[in-house]
Amino acid sequence: MTPLGHHVLDLDLEAEADRIAASLRAATARELHRRGLVVAISGGIDSSCCAALAVRALGPDRVFALILPERDSSADSAARARLLAEHLGIRSETKDIAPALAAIGCYEQRDAAVRRALPGYGDDWRFKITIDGGTEGRINVFQLVAEAPDGSRHACTLGLADYLQIVAATNFKQRLRKALEYFHADRLNYAVVGTPNRLEYDQGFFVKNGDGSADVKPIAHLYKTQVYAMARHLGLPERLCAAVPTTDTYSLSQGQDEFYFALGYRDMDLALWALEHGRDAADLGQALGMDARRAEAIYADIENKRRTTRYLHAPPVLMGEPGLACTA
Amino acid sequence: MDFKTIVKPFILGNFLFTDDAAAVADDSSLIRGGIVDSTGILELIEFLEATCGIRVAAEEMVPANFDSIDTISAFLQRKTAA
Repeated sequence: MTPLGHHVLDLDLEAEADRIAASLRAATARELHRRGLVVAISGGIDSSCCAALAVRALGPDRVFALILPERDSSADSAARARLLAEHLGIRSETKDIAPALAAIGCYEQRDAAVRRALPGYGDDWRFKITIDGGTEGRINVFQLVAEAPDGSRHACTLGLADYLQIVAATNFKQRLRKALEYFHADRLNYAVVGTPNRLEYDQGFFVKNGDGSADVKPIAHLYKTQVYAMARHLGLPERLCAAVPTTDTYSLSQGQDEFYFALGYRDMDLALWALEHGRDAADLGQALGMDARRAEAIYADIENKRRTTRYLHAPPVLMGEPGLACTA
Repeated sequence: MDFKTIVKPFILGNFLFTDDAAAVADDSSLIRGGIVDSTGILELIEFLEATCGIRVAAEEMVPANFDSIDTISAFLQRKTAA
């Protein structure tokens, strides 16, 4: 059996880019009957890669990009997104969605829950949510980490109701972005591109009817490592290829591994690959330099997230057929 | 105290919307059986903390303690005996 290592994710990038582009072209024309593709670009690697593949499939004139920052977005994200649009030669529009989010209560509802958990939290503080427990074999719990204007850090475990309210409020962001993507898709008679990679798709790291909603998902089968490699292969600017993945959702900078994944994306990719290929936890542990028990906990965490997020993947449950029920 | 008299009605009412005791066996895996997910376990823990006057420590938040009505009840027995 091949020794386990990051090389298992190596890919013939040119052949894969051609295959995805051909599939995108066929899906847009023959299945969706649309004339082009809308992509919301965040400045991150996934949406950048999707936009580049869309251009490879249909040409720059049939791709429309949206840049949709809000109050907590990093200014650098929008700058990278504009750089991408310029590099690809595609039309783009920037719309600050903060006023709309404020109008529907996103920030107010979110901050009310944060203040309940952490009295003293003020408008000029920044915060993020981190996840803890799953990789040690425990049940995941959520920590609120907040930073005061004087730089002091405060942390507490979030109660379930406060956690749910914060997530519900921040999910407005992804859902509002999707509403704008579909406005432009309808206006142009285009289809909407969803940008999750395999790790995000498999582990349910998306918002239902938000970034999880799309007409086509060109890279949902590619591991994040492969997405980075594809972006470089497609010749995207180094500033984009070197961007560290963040959620860009909370005011305090937050890595995806802090909020959702057990490990950084490279090792997480390998863990997912190993699990899907039936490799023992001991093999994974050896490849990642950890003991088998921790590797088993990572496998369990992956399976648990699959179970927990099955609902996000599920279509509406219809009542028309006897015996049909959601089994999640 | 038999903690099943507290745990089982909560599992039935909160997760299965029933009072039919036959809907779940005491030794059935609630997680593998798709009855309780990780958010549900947090709900369960909050309920137990409020109802039984206990505090569940981080190291006790393992699936083995919360995977069935039997294991939850045994965990509560140990907690309250300590």
